[in-house]
Amino acid sequence: MLQLKNIHKSYGEGLQRTEVLHNINLDLNEGEFVAIVGYSGSGKTTLVKLLAGLIAPDQGEVLFKGQKVNGPGHERGMVFQNYSLLPWLSVFKNIDLGVAQVFPHWNKTQREEHVMRYIHMVNLSQAIHQHPAELSGGMRQRVAVARALAMEPEVLLMDEPLSALDALTRAKLQEEILKIWNENRRTALLITNDVDEGILMADRIIPLNPGPNATLGPGFKVDIERPRVKTQLNQMPEFKRLRNDIIEYLLDTGAESKRNQQVVEERLLPDARPVLRKSAFSLAFR
Amino acid sequence: MTTTAVNINVIEPNPGVIPAVLECRDLSKVYPMPKGQTYPVLENLQLSIRQGEFISIIGHSGCGKSTLLSMISGLNSISGGSILLNGAPIKGPGPDRGVIFQSPSLLPWMSALDNVLLGVNQVFSHESKLTRHDIAAYYLSRVGLEDALNKKAKDLSQGMQQRVGIARAFAIKPAILLLDEPFGMLDSLTRAELQDILLEVWNREKITAVMVTHDVDEAIFLSDRVIMMTSGPRAQIGDVLNIHLERPRERREVLEHPDFYDYRGHLIAFLEG
Repeated sequence: MLQLKNIHKSYGEGLQRTEVLHNINLDLNEGEFVAIVGYSGSGKTTLVKLLAGLIAPDQGEVLFKGQKVNGPGHERGMVFQNYSLLPWLSVFKNIDLGVAQVFPHWNKTQREEHVMRYIHMVNLSQAIHQHPAELSGGMRQRVAVARALAMEPEVLLMDEPLSALDALTRAKLQEEILKIWNENRRTALLITNDVDEGILMADRIIPLNPGPNATLGPGFKVDIERPRVKTQLNQMPEFKRLRNDIIEYLLDTGAESKRNQQVVEERLLPDARPVLRKSAFSLAFR
Repeated sequence: MTTTAVNINVIEPNPGVIPAVLECRDLSKVYPMPKGQTYPVLENLQLSIRQGEFISIIGHSGCGKSTLLSMISGLNSISGGSILLNGAPIKGPGPDRGVIFQSPSLLPWMSALDNVLLGVNQVFSHESKLTRHDIAAYYLSRVGLEDALNKKAKDLSQGMQQRVGIARAFAIKPAILLLDEPFGMLDSLTRAELQDILLEVWNREKITAVMVTHDVDEAIFLSDRVIMMTSGPRAQIGDVLNIHLERPRERREVLEHPDFYDYRGHLIAFLEG
């Protein structure tokens, strides 16, 4: 459905030029939930921006249903890590903005009904008229998710949507996103640095090897029935095997990319013992 | 939630064999609220940590784990009870406790080396300048910063800054190491890398350590004992898990260990319960 074909992408000019992505091939099938896992700085965000059409590749093609992608479009909805809401608009208006673009022939009532449906879906009915600054991080990301879904995209692209949230909020939103996804099983791509999040949510996990010249690793199929519950997952042999395989793959590729940079010069630690005096430091805090 | 286990014996499982480095007795903390009310965060907490032990404290946000750590570090006052470090009550911050903060907290205009030297110069003031330099350089090279000794802190990535933080804490040879979600701001893969580095340095010196964390895997990988705190107010120790994994630990072996996912299940069940 959404394809990357022999993609190369570099940033910078002349000697500063570094290739971020090297010969990337990716096929998202209809209705499939794919997670891309990788180290920070490996080019994950570049990858998702290419899919969204926000940047163009140097070489290769991005194809949506066989057609070349030349820019962003509402059939590919995007959720950003930093929420990217308009601070001067209310929750309702942030979402309505996109809806009005995609469904210009609708009248006000139709739009309102539609927007409200998605606001309910992400449990924000209490916050319709609030502005982003009045919301917590988790609530802001809910707005961003609702905004993306309300445009009824055929593919949902999510760039580390939950990375900035604390563990509890994160778990809650994972569940909510999965529940909504489960209703119509749209094609979805999730960028994450969390292997557990990948296994909980995706059908297939593809590691992005550390850059520069990042390439995609082998895909890991997640053969675990949905709905998946965190506490139950932990006991499943399939979960343990898959989790260890992916973590070990990432550790291996990470270590490999570091090996070339390491300096091997062993320093010796002088034999010295600390003295603790009643310093001005502790006096100041008395 | 398993809050029934308050009477679990966390006071010296093996008294007399290895002396306690740190002891919290009937420790309480109350924060004042507007309108004169008070909020009891911790109440009558008992905790004893032996020489060379690595302890993790897990619990939800707001359960008072960071409060506990900041009281041990001497940066936060005690409302009731006492904290003894090697038998003496804590009276404020000092270089016998090395702290690794969640945000690296370096002086941005100073080099990595100078940031570490700041503490080293204090506690090794009787040593030569060369010796002090060598101590600081040794720890920076151990955390993989051999090439960045003279780089300014502000020019380092967050992961590298946190490495400086680790070097700084170890370099002053503290009696106890306090870690407040040391890798919480890093992505999970960089986190794994830094856990390896921390453990590698720690293995050489076995400094008694107390770490607050959200990360279940991190707690298992690093600790001898994981202490689970109930949610506040009046947070207490709800449960304790002893991690019997041999040291030195290697991540791959830990992952493949038959008990690993049982430990993990135990901690997740407590947090989700």
